[in-house]
Amino acid sequence: MADLSKKDALVQYAAQIGDNGLIIGHRMSEWCFRAPTIEMEMALMNSALDLIGQARELYSYAATAQGEGKTEDDFAYLRDEQDFRNALLTEVPNGDWGDTIVRLFLMSVYNKLFFSALADSKDAELAAIGAKSLKEVTYHLRFSSEWMIRLGDGTSESHNRVQKSVDNLWVYTGELFTMTDAENLLLKDGISVDVAALKADWNQNIAQVFEQATLTVPADGWAQLGGKADGVHTEHFGYIIADMQYMQRRYPGCEW
Amino acid sequence: MYGDTSIQKPIEIAEPTSEEQARLEVIFQQKIDDNIKIEPQEWMPDAYRKTLVRQMSQHAHSEVIGMQPEGNWITRAPSLRRKVILLAKIQDEGGHGLYIYSSAETLGTSRAEMIEQLQTGKAKYSSIFNYPALSWADMGTIGWLVDGAAITNQVALSRCSYGPYSRAMIRICKEESFHQRQGYELLLTLSRGSDEQKELLQESVNRFWWPSLMMFGPNDSDSPHSAQSMKWKIKRKSNDQLRQEFVDATVPQADFLGITLPDPDLKWNEESGHYDYGEIDWEEFGNVIHGNGPCNKQRIANHIKAHEDGAWVREAAAAYAEKQQNKQVA
Ligand SMILES: [Fe+2]
Ligand SMILES: [Fe+2]
Ligand SMILES: [Fe+2]
Repeated sequence: MADLSKKDALVQYAAQIGDNGLIIGHRMSEWCFRAPTIEMEMALMNSALDLIGQARELYSYAATAQGEGKTEDDFAYLRDEQDFRNALLTEVPNGDWGDTIVRLFLMSVYNKLFFSALADSKDAELAAIGAKSLKEVTYHLRFSSEWMIRLGDGTSESHNRVQKSVDNLWVYTGELFTMTDAENLLLKDGISVDVAALKADWNQNIAQVFEQATLTVPADGWAQLGGKADGVHTEHFGYIIADMQYMQRRYPGCEW
Repeated sequence: MYGDTSIQKPIEIAEPTSEEQARLEVIFQQKIDDNIKIEPQEWMPDAYRKTLVRQMSQHAHSEVIGMQPEGNWITRAPSLRRKVILLAKIQDEGGHGLYIYSSAETLGTSRAEMIEQLQTGKAKYSSIFNYPALSWADMGTIGWLVDGAAITNQVALSRCSYGPYSRAMIRICKEESFHQRQGYELLLTLSRGSDEQKELLQESVNRFWWPSLMMFGPNDSDSPHSAQSMKWKIKRKSNDQLRQEFVDATVPQADFLGITLPDPDLKWNEESGHYDYGEIDWEEFGNVIHGNGPCNKQRIANHIKAHEDGAWVREAAAAYAEKQQNKQVA
């Protein structure tokens, strides 16, 4: 890793941010015709559209930076499982509405801090993507915060269910604040975001909403790592890739 | 079937029970004959209201159930561009459903009641959505043929006598035309692709052609009570008229795709200036309508499951809203 070039680091970095968007967007798109009301379904689909849209811009930028004539679709459809560097939090199965809201909320708090920092990147393209994405994730944060509060402070059943979702997903939050080699390298030039430095604000934002939602913030314990740094995923991930890449793998080299 | 409910038992039209009512009915019909829209707060015959609720709820249910076959392909879309187009399209359909449900609610039936009728089988939805979406090409075919047939219907319905429904149709038609163009463009891409892509295209159209023609409902000779709907301008054109318009518009588009439509009797009729087409398999149509299509049970089971799985969520939202209300009062 010592000889990671700046160019390769930039490609990895843009793709890795894109992976988070694509994979969580994929999970949310699985809610199609399964949500408790049409309005809720449409809100989730809307967020899925935003997140997959972010992935497209980031993959296109990664492809440009790489300069090998690849496209956004090469990144989504022709890389193998271990090439994806999304955080594990984005890939775990949807579970029930509470699990899905908790995941979106934890991720949106992170995304808001992340993209507002990325908007100040020395890399103009990443800065522009950061600024645009910030507006979108701010909406996701509002939507998911409202649901955290409704579920947490709704019925005792919803309170218990959503607390359990929090407790189950918490183990995946630590990974968001780890730094990869590419991130460390790009940080020196003010291109990447120092995500380790976002942790304090993240904790604070989480605590505020949890208080309103009458939920308990779990203690930071064991953090499950793997996706972001090494492309070592959960068992669930292979099925996402199998689904997503099925057409491209079955009919290679076609225009769609 | 978006605009045709004639497969169901007709709604009985009661004789006026008083002179006053007879007078109101004359005024009502006069408005319709003069092309003045009927608005929610105005007097209307009971059977007019019931017919509209039936037709509009059936339309709304079709939009919503129609999300299932297309939703089956979101995670497998072969490019990110197509994935996003498909997601946005399905989202539009959900929006159409919501919009038509609220238009129907202006007639005094709640969305909850309409959904209950859907889940118990009392209300229908378009028969087309009981066919499965088996290949990626179906995402193009559905846009081209299914949205295409829906538009043919809905353009006519945008001139219907009930104000809220007519306005809903005008707004929705714009999006449906967009869907149809996107669907066609998807198929065009396949038609210019590899041999396997062309096979996908042809195979998909083979499955969807006849069910699309069935979307317009029974032959005119078999839908005797549409006459009243025509008089009320709830229906503006007959099933066979609409079907013919659709066939005439679609055949040249199929030619341009370089595919064949699975009907040996389909040919241009110089004399009538229309395409002749073969006999629809009405037995299949009847079977699908009465619950025996390939996906009927699955579609409703999915709808019920989503509804039941979401019960605790809706309860939580209601409980939270009530707490907030109480806080404000206190
Ligand atoms: Fe629609
Ligand atoms: Fe429609
Ligand atoms: Fe449509």
